[in-house]
Amino acid sequence: MKRVEHAKLAGAFLSRPEHVAFHDKRLWDLRSKRDAQAHAIPEWEMLRTLASQIKSHTLSHLADYLDQFTRMAESNGVQVHFADTAEEHNETVYRILSERGMTALVKSKSMLTDECEMRAWLESRGISVMETDLGERIQQLDKQPPSHIVVPAVHKLRDDVAEVFGRTIGTDPHNNDIHYLAESQRMNTRPWFVREKTAGMTGCNFAVAETGTVVVCTNEGNADLSANVPPLHIVSMGIEKLIPRVSDLGVFVRMLSRSALGSPITQYTSHFRAPRPGAEMHFVLVDNGRSERLAMPEFWYSLKCIRCGACMNTCPVYRRSGGLSYGSTYAGPIGAIINPTFDLKRFSALPFASTLNGSCTNVCPVKINIHEQIYQWRQVIAAQHELPFVKQEVLKMAGRLLGSPTLYRGTVASLEGALRRLPNFMLYNPLNIWGKQRDLPHVPHTTFHAWYRKNRKGGGDGGS
Amino acid sequence: MKVALFVPCFIDAFYPEVGIATLELLERFGCEVDYPLEQTCCGQPMANSGAQAEAAGAERVYARAFAGYDYIVGPSASCVNHVRDHFDALEQTDAVRKVRESTYELVEFLHDVLGAREFPWAEFPWRVGLHNSCSALRHLHEASVSEVAGPVFSKPLALLEHVKGIEFVKPARPDECCGFGGTFAVTEEAVSVRMGQDKVVDHVSAGAQYIVSADMSCLMHQQGCAERMSADIRFIHIAQVLNGARE
Repeated sequence: MKRVEHAKLAGAFLSRPEHVAFHDKRLWDLRSKRDAQAHAIPEWEMLRTLASQIKSHTLSHLADYLDQFTRMAESNGVQVHFADTAEEHNETVYRILSERGMTALVKSKSMLTDECEMRAWLESRGISVMETDLGERIQQLDKQPPSHIVVPAVHKLRDDVAEVFGRTIGTDPHNNDIHYLAESQRMNTRPWFVREKTAGMTGCNFAVAETGTVVVCTNEGNADLSANVPPLHIVSMGIEKLIPRVSDLGVFVRMLSRSALGSPITQYTSHFRAPRPGAEMHFVLVDNGRSERLAMPEFWYSLKCIRCGACMNTCPVYRRSGGLSYGSTYAGPIGAIINPTFDLKRFSALPFASTLNGSCTNVCPVKINIHEQIYQWRQVIAAQHELPFVKQEVLKMAGRLLGSPTLYRGTVASLEGALRRLPNFMLYNPLNIWGKQRDLPHVPHTTFHAWYRKNRKGGGDGGS
Repeated sequence: MKVALFVPCFIDAFYPEVGIATLELLERFGCEVDYPLEQTCCGQPMANSGAQAEAAGAERVYARAFAGYDYIVGPSASCVNHVRDHFDALEQTDAVRKVRESTYELVEFLHDVLGAREFPWAEFPWRVGLHNSCSALRHLHEASVSEVAGPVFSKPLALLEHVKGIEFVKPARPDECCGFGGTFAVTEEAVSVRMGQDKVVDHVSAGAQYIVSADMSCLMHQQGCAERMSADIRFIHIAQVLNGARE
């Protein structure tokens, strides 16, 4: 697939200043609330360490915990399916639905189903899919993927939502009152829960191995409706969602919503253990590249991710480029380190969409070393010749020049006005890119090197 | 105390006055300072772009030029961070390891090693917004950051607050990245510039007349944005302020 050109897509987002300002402010606000919540818990850093260790332990014993989880779930009356790939996940869901004559699926938010592009897959086979999370529904109606894993439509202003709803569900396109819009969406969605031949689907935040339980954390109550009203509940979950014990849950539930939205807890933390009498419950456990990632010494840590979005909210680049510029379900810093494991060529620009500032690593509740992994991915991408050709050549030239004091000083000294050319190799790109919206540094009369030789006799002895 | 002065390539070329201020400042504190002439660059521009192999030449030059000193001091946190954390293109001999461990950023060297607190020669009668680079903050831990709970501290502030006449203003997002990011400044030009503009506006709104930083690369970027925006604000390196520059 074609390379996702993050810089270009970000440029398009930046061309709408009002959207950028709102997006940046809204997400910075979430970060600030997160700070307040985290700082109010004295043992916050200890919780992060603990969460990270629990995930390390689970991931390094994943086969055992998957086995235990499956046995427990089955003994609770749940039907468990394993899917190796996205296609297998979609086929499994389709088979479960079609064998029972279902023609529609009401679902709550699940990043995994977006990752598997399940909606389009099912719809092309005659199953209607209704997203019931407000943000996800806005995106579904606008035929756009979510731009953020927690707040899927955060890149839209209320006017945009009014326009989308006016165009798709018949509301007044000039009424941008958020209560009106939210209520309209609710009225549009609710009948689907009680529709005939309709199944329900939820994602999964945590899967507890010792009980075979799935835990779903939401704020809108739509997951509970999706799970509890229809006669069939399908849970779509990645294999990395496991934690060993119920008691481990306390560590993660305390951190999830604090990290995500800066609220102490989500409105609903629902535990699903067994089907209701007369109903069915299915768990679809998906690999889709996860075990391959688990085998990568530098990058397996990213499987600890609990999808809180804190790294996106804090990321100054994400806040100004918008989630759609990452060309994937997973945007922001976590996207920059996860996406290359799916397709290195396609996502080779993402690890460069970062200043390596490191605030993502600081806010990660499971202590993923995100900025270090971004740095490592750059090395992998360069080694596999996925850097743009010009960049590759200029870096080579810069490397040769800076690798030789004689060549370096010679280049500087021999060219009249050479200083004006320096950014060419130091920043490797033609000057006009720097200068498009920024002035160039004022060129001084001398280099420090020349000043030193003139004013301090002879210079240092080089220490040798 | 045998101290070697490391002047990063872009400071050598564009900001010789920062190199001079660093040298003079170290000498004021009685350091015997050498400037090894055979230095070029730490290797960061190549390595940060993923081309670690291409960084080997520069790293070799660095390791050779700075062998044998007690301390190597440079006025740039990102370069020092590269030497400490990512200087891996070379074989890690004892000599290479020694050079890496002995490399300090100017502020931490003044603050931690020399214990410098008094700068009687320095006077800077301006309202200052302090900009700490992300390398100084999150990699070298020279100050606390807002997203991490814990004691509030700032080494650059601990030095600057002894400068006569200086007044500090507080921007709304003091530890937000300014968007320089090395090659990021050109590969992601649009995002980088927007971040730089936001940073400048934040400082101007807080009433700053100067932005002071220990990282000239951040200032080069911010100054470029500010001048294009015709923002009324000036930029100066912390070494110059501590060495007694008035403006």
